[in-house]
Amino acid sequence: MTTLLNVKDVSKQYGQDTLALSDVNFSVEEGEFVSIIGPSGAGKSTLLRCINRMINVSSGDITFDNESVVGLKKKELRRLRTNIGMIFQHYNLVERLSVIENVMHGRLGYKSTFAGILSLYKEEEKEHAVHLLKLLGLEDQIYKRCDQLSGGQKQRVGIARALTQNPKLLLCDEPIASLDPNASKKIMDYLQNISVSMGITVLVNLHQVDVALKYSDRIIGVSGGKIVYNDSPEQMTQEKIKTIYGSEADDLIAAAGDKNAV
Amino acid sequence: MLLFCAVSYGAMIFTQFNAVKGFTSIPSAIQWGISNFYPAAHSFEKLPAILNKLLETILTAIAASTIAAVFALFFSVFGSKITKVNNILSIMSRGVATLFRNIDVAAWALILLFSFGQSVLTGYFALFFVSFGFLTRAFIEVLDEVGESSVEALKATGASYPMIILKSVIPSSTPQMISWILFMIEINIRSATLVGILTGTGIGFSFDLYYKNLDYNTASLVVLTIVVSILILEYLSNYVRRVIL
Ligand SMILES: Nc1ncnc2c1ncn2[C@@H]1O[C@H](COP(=O)(O)OP(=O)(O)O)[C@@H](O)[C@H]1O
Ligand SMILES: [Mg+2]
Repeated sequence: MTTLLNVKDVSKQYGQDTLALSDVNFSVEEGEFVSIIGPSGAGKSTLLRCINRMINVSSGDITFDNESVVGLKKKELRRLRTNIGMIFQHYNLVERLSVIENVMHGRLGYKSTFAGILSLYKEEEKEHAVHLLKLLGLEDQIYKRCDQLSGGQKQRVGIARALTQNPKLLLCDEPIASLDPNASKKIMDYLQNISVSMGITVLVNLHQVDVALKYSDRIIGVSGGKIVYNDSPEQMTQEKIKTIYGSEADDLIAAAGDKNAV
Repeated sequence: MLLFCAVSYGAMIFTQFNAVKGFTSIPSAIQWGISNFYPAAHSFEKLPAILNKLLETILTAIAASTIAAVFALFFSVFGSKITKVNNILSIMSRGVATLFRNIDVAAWALILLFSFGQSVLTGYFALFFVSFGFLTRAFIEVLDEVGESSVEALKATGASYPMIILKSVIPSSTPQMISWILFMIEINIRSATLVGILTGTGIGFSFDLYYKNLDYNTASLVVLTIVVSILILEYLSNYVRRVIL
């Protein structure tokens, strides 16, 4: 196994007094499915965005694919981002455009500004996009406008857009937080499939412990900007959930218990 | 409310406006209007000339609005907090917009009379400046409201700044922007009439001419054509809005 991502001593300070991340260390192997869990405000979104430099770290270093991302200049940064797909809680699509147009946006990072603006996509790029949409069960929606889709369908468009990038890593920031249980399960199954069949490494922020336990190779627990758990799901105990979630833990355990009962 | 009454009473004393006399003169004004201010048969001979001037005014208003929209688009992209390049440009473009917007169209016309004299250009630029200020402000608001979400997504794919603007921000905001441009054209046709009186061009000039020659019948026909054209335009732009929004 080779290490794809290495986060070393990373801290992030917002303004004067918000320390969102403090001395975070972890690494991710190629092909791994890793969940980051923790209460809201723990620093999960910040951590994810430091990896593709949507947010700049205050100190520390991040290596992706044997290259430090921290010092990258504009052009190299664009190249780095083409290798990292990102999926969002609110899908972040251009709602007025069609499904296929949104999916093709995943190719923009590879293009010159001129070719990108004029949508000069190659035939095989379009075929690949259609192929991905079929894999995600969206073949009947290809020319529909995104504002006519359900939440689960929108998230699948978001996944297709990320996959057209041919990424080595997928960053997912609470991908199921706005979806109902059925759609949530579907999206998580797709992500797991992608990880296994395409060999893409997946790093996913989650609020729900039970989902993390079910799908992950490894779980990273974040609390107050620090990593407090970094191990396989089998090692997770109620005590450890309490250290991650603090006072929120009881509700979460109760909710997980309810689901098991059903 | 009390304060409002006091201020308005104070203003009446200050300007020696007599409320009673003001209200009692309304019936006689209406009576005058009915007996003089209607199109007569001889007015309709002037109709082709009036329509010609009306067309000139409408075209000036449309040209000023659309060219202003192009400039406003650039400035608003620099001004909006979502798409700004840096803070200095953002503050500068907001400042320029505020300045141009807050000078009234009549004031612009008077200022520009010095440079261009009584010509179509004076009216055109007066409308252009006000539209530019207004539309920049409106577009900034539209861009801010479109939000950061798809901008963030495109940035994360490695897209460059011009791509992000043209592939995500503009497609999301065109309907609202077109709606504002249509609104601006409506406003400008009204303003163009007023500005025309000052600059001696277009339909405003026609009205002024007939009115001062005491040809109230023809002057009323001018007003009628303006009202009809504004109603038609409003209908058209409502239709366009329904289709695009
Ligand atoms: N842009 C920002 N400016 C200032 N503070 C921020 C910003 N983004 C996040 N924070 C703060 O950083 C902390 C971590 O936030 P976040 O990474 O969004 O947590 P999570 O995703 O786990 O809910 C929170 O205290 C939040 O208020
Ligand atoms: Mg978050």
